[in-house]
Amino acid sequence: MASAFQNPFDPSTTLDRRCVCGRHATQAEHDRTISADLDAAAARVAETAVVKAVFGQDVSRRNLLQTIGSGTALAALSQFFPLAAAREALAQAPGALEKKDLKIGFIPITCATPIIMAHPMGFYAKNGLNAEVVRTAGWAVIRDKTLNKEYDAAHMLSPMPLAISLGAGSNPIPYTMPAVENINGQAITLATKHKDKNDPKAWKGFKFAVPFDYSMHNYLLRYYVAEHGLDPDTDIQIRAVPPPEMVANLRADNIDGFLAPDPVNQRAVYDGVGFIHMLSKGIWDGHPCCAFAASREFVTSMPNTYHALLKSIIEATAYASKAENRKEVAAAIADQNYLNQPVTVVEQVLTGTYADGLGNVKQDPKRIDFDPFPWNSMAVWILTQMKRWGQIKTDVNYQQVAEQVFLATDAAKLMREVGLTPPTATSKKHVIMGKEFDPAKPDEYVASFKIRRA
Amino acid sequence: MRSSALPSALLAICLFVLFLGAWQVASSSGGGSAGPAVDPEYAKLVGAAAAIGQKTPFPSPADVGAKLWSQISDPFYIRGTNDMGIGIQLAYSIARVMTGYFLAAAIAIPLGFLIGMSPLVYGALNPFIQVLKPISPLAWMPLALYTIKDSSISSIFVICICSIWPMLINTAFGVASVRREWLNVARTLEVGPFRRAFRVILPAAAPTIMTGMRISIGIAWLVIVAAEMLVGGTGIGYFVWNEWNNLSISSILTAILSIGLIGMALDQALGWFARLVSYQE
Repeated sequence: MASAFQNPFDPSTTLDRRCVCGRHATQAEHDRTISADLDAAAARVAETAVVKAVFGQDVSRRNLLQTIGSGTALAALSQFFPLAAAREALAQAPGALEKKDLKIGFIPITCATPIIMAHPMGFYAKNGLNAEVVRTAGWAVIRDKTLNKEYDAAHMLSPMPLAISLGAGSNPIPYTMPAVENINGQAITLATKHKDKNDPKAWKGFKFAVPFDYSMHNYLLRYYVAEHGLDPDTDIQIRAVPPPEMVANLRADNIDGFLAPDPVNQRAVYDGVGFIHMLSKGIWDGHPCCAFAASREFVTSMPNTYHALLKSIIEATAYASKAENRKEVAAAIADQNYLNQPVTVVEQVLTGTYADGLGNVKQDPKRIDFDPFPWNSMAVWILTQMKRWGQIKTDVNYQQVAEQVFLATDAAKLMREVGLTPPTATSKKHVIMGKEFDPAKPDEYVASFKIRRA
Repeated sequence: MRSSALPSALLAICLFVLFLGAWQVASSSGGGSAGPAVDPEYAKLVGAAAAIGQKTPFPSPADVGAKLWSQISDPFYIRGTNDMGIGIQLAYSIARVMTGYFLAAAIAIPLGFLIGMSPLVYGALNPFIQVLKPISPLAWMPLALYTIKDSSISSIFVICICSIWPMLINTAFGVASVRREWLNVARTLEVGPFRRAFRVILPAAAPTIMTGMRISIGIAWLVIVAAEMLVGGTGIGYFVWNEWNNLSISSILTAILSIGLIGMALDQALGWFARLVSYQE
């Protein structure tokens, strides 16, 4: 995974390499060039807008430029339109904030870490926002409250903005996902009575819970059992159950297991109800899970507020990504006002030193990780799974939907502003359970699965 | 009746003590057998029960009592949007119930009056009322959220729509069954229609209307918990949901207790009003 955060203590990374793309001598030079390229691109955008406004029709622009030459045209235009000023206006985003008092909804799970911690740790305040984070009862409610504009932005599952934009499960409303909140951080938990059934082939007839139909959890669980030869629609039963109810249901024997966000998995271990079969990292290392989402209307009508908000989230994400900060973050978000969980449970999730429910203490510092970059290829993968399981029936323009919803360029720009190194591409190949996914060939990918509905 | 009040109060206390005792014994008996010894490193990471290979037990009355004491000793704190005392949560719920309930009464009683005065309208509207009456608040909620687009108004709407029917039906029934003789007397005395409505029909139908209102307040209080669990934000229903999220059974039990006590108080208040308007024929 080309993470923005290289761990200098990781023996597998090389610190003296040239740069992420390999074309520059050092990482610093890479950053300079890339940001210069982006500044140039921003300037181009401003110029194009002015030229378009002046000429209206492209034919007349080309005629003029051919007769008098582009240099003369630029000079002439600069006479009566301050092109330099327009370029600067676009490059330097933050002006006055359109709205300072914001309401942001979250579901009490560790995926929401950046959104939550930005409140007690002051990341919102630092960017001039008076944000209130509101705990919400469930995914459908958070969706409705965001669509109703009770919330300005919200914590969602990363497939939700795609589903909302496409109108699957709700009316189509243009939605955006400017940042991924967390990667990894989920797990498959089974009831303690199944402790000898570690092979998924033995799970026939099991009842599983996932948080929502349009969730990575649903797609990952379906993928996982299908790779082991079980049809998730006929061989097992998958129900949507709100995370807080999962442990209670597991305890009451209503379900055999779940693929759920933390702290639910760790809480099941803490209460002696279940054991962690596998971290979701083992299915797809670096998979996106939850997202920071806002309506396209919010993004376009309040660009400065949006900029400040996204910057707070990305700064919080960067802070949370550092292993040495994790204990502090856990203590801040376990509070009654936020997650309302025992601190040790949240700490085990964030630090990755955890009890597995079978008497072992395991260590995996990447159990949950934080990387805000919304890869378009992740959106394409999610769309292929929606297609695979029949949630979307019509043909989809995968790339176009992915680009419109997963705002990779915005995230990259702000990551650079807060001193992170975003990847240069917006799409890449992913490997899920050893099988490669090429975002350029989504239809072939869907067709390559034996168990599918489409 | 007065003579049996003391013995029945004593019996009630005995039953309560017996219940608490049985609960205490049941909740403490499970923890006796220790499971396999586990590594102390592991034990630190899990709850006390899980460390000895068991599930977290149901809380004992002592646990619940301690929880209750900590809650009622500081009921009105506000430590943030998502962390407020149980008193504040109850106040939010009561305010919502009252708004929805009085809104329902303001619609149901005049409408019920009109329906009750005309057997034709009564017959025509009755099937609709019968269909709408048994619908659960949880079924109304998504519809309300979708159309009203505001969660707090939606929960008030749900309380209103669920508590409207008993009042409407009872008012209509009470008005329709005012004794013929009384109406005839009013007619012979050439009483005007407004005076007849307020001086004859209303007092005659008042006990039936009050019964409807008493049923409705019970329903409204039932509905609020469900509505707040679904929508969240504030209120006692949200408090229950939130403590469930934290799997804190003792907090849920204290919430259940306070829901019961407030419900009883509301019912008693309406009962007192009902006695004021009742009459002997």
